[in-house]
Amino acid sequence: MGKIKIEKKDIWIDMTPMSDVMTLLLCFFMLTSTFLTPEPIKVNTPSSVSEVKVPENDVLNILVSPEGNIYVGSENKNTMLEMMQTVTDKFGVSITGEKLKHFREDAMIGAPMAVFESYYALDQEKMAEEIQKLSIPLDSIDGGKSEFQEWVTAAREANPDIRLAIKSDAKTSYKVIKKMMSELQDMNENRYQLITNLDTKKQAEI
Amino acid sequence: MAKKKQSKQKKMDTRVNFTPMVDMMMLLITFFMLCTTLSKPQAMQLTMPSNDENMTKEDKSVTKASYTITLYLGADDKIYYVEGLPEYENPECMKETTWGKDGVRKLLIEHITEDGFSPVAKVMMAKKKLDEEKAKLGDKFTKEEYDKRLSDIRNGKNVDGEEIQTLTVIIKPMDVSTYDNMVQALDEMLVCSIGKYVIDKVNEDDEKLLTLKNIKFTND
Repeated sequence: MGKIKIEKKDIWIDMTPMSDVMTLLLCFFMLTSTFLTPEPIKVNTPSSVSEVKVPENDVLNILVSPEGNIYVGSENKNTMLEMMQTVTDKFGVSITGEKLKHFREDAMIGAPMAVFESYYALDQEKMAEEIQKLSIPLDSIDGGKSEFQEWVTAAREANPDIRLAIKSDAKTSYKVIKKMMSELQDMNENRYQLITNLDTKKQAEI
Repeated sequence: MAKKKQSKQKKMDTRVNFTPMVDMMMLLITFFMLCTTLSKPQAMQLTMPSNDENMTKEDKSVTKASYTITLYLGADDKIYYVEGLPEYENPECMKETTWGKDGVRKLLIEHITEDGFSPVAKVMMAKKKLDEEKAKLGDKFTKEEYDKRLSDIRNGKNVDGEEIQTLTVIIKPMDVSTYDNMVQALDEMLVCSIGKYVIDKVNEDDEKLLTLKNIKFTND
């Protein structure tokens, strides 16, 4: 009795070209990538036709959330540490041990001095949650410098060549921006980089 | 016969299974794609005047009245303007316009001064010529030279070989406006190649004028 044999086909697919392409892609991404620095809040920057690139080094980022919360940070961890040292010395706060470790891992500073220590004593997951409610205060202390101004002064001391980059949400009220800029102007900080998205549609119109 | 069979070498299957490798690559690529910023963010340079009183006064006195436009940025993306110096008693001098090509940009380009020409249109024309020249020469036209000539044009120093007075724009964002409004206004300055602009605060006189016009300028 002749059995009907179903011929088994070899379904082997040659993956070599695919893996070639993948390797290329992988190399490309690995070489061109600069990692996203985590930000405490997500902001949607306004768009503009300006094509000037943000410098990579010596930048003090000032982040303003839609609610008007203010955060500062720098890509350079040493600058951040020096800033923190200067400001905490002034306010008689000390950050050591575990708290210092937490500070190092946090990308931006947002805690006011009153809760500075207790904020860094929190767990890391709690910190990410808590920082969204915090903001560096713009109110002047007894007619003197505000905490925000202290931070900027400390950054200037840590790195005299530092440039200020303001990254704010499009929806942020101008009232907050006005107050912040006027505080910066009082300290003779008159040059800023406003971080924006490239508006290709508008660019095409010109 | 038997000898021949012995010499026949057994062919080995040299194919290697690449599937796990591809799987891993995929994962890595996805990881890198999600974690990177391919395009660096753009920035806009802004230089604010110093809060030093003396400097601003000096700047203000130079400009002729018809070479000035004041933009007031209001709530809900509204924009108002005053051509020339604001007459604080006369609410009629303030008019409303819109954002974009047909609103504020058209206004700036078509603004005719007391000397009978439009400084913005002239400057933009000169910039266009410069851009054409650059496109023609390609790499021979250095960036430094381009930047220098562009800044000369923006400041009215060398517009088609002559020196002209350029338009001065005063941007006054109200407390009720947003950061986006301010950036859009600055953007128009870039588009229209306006070299002289300043962001100023809404002062008491402006508040009076806005009250006369029934425009809300604060949240309080």
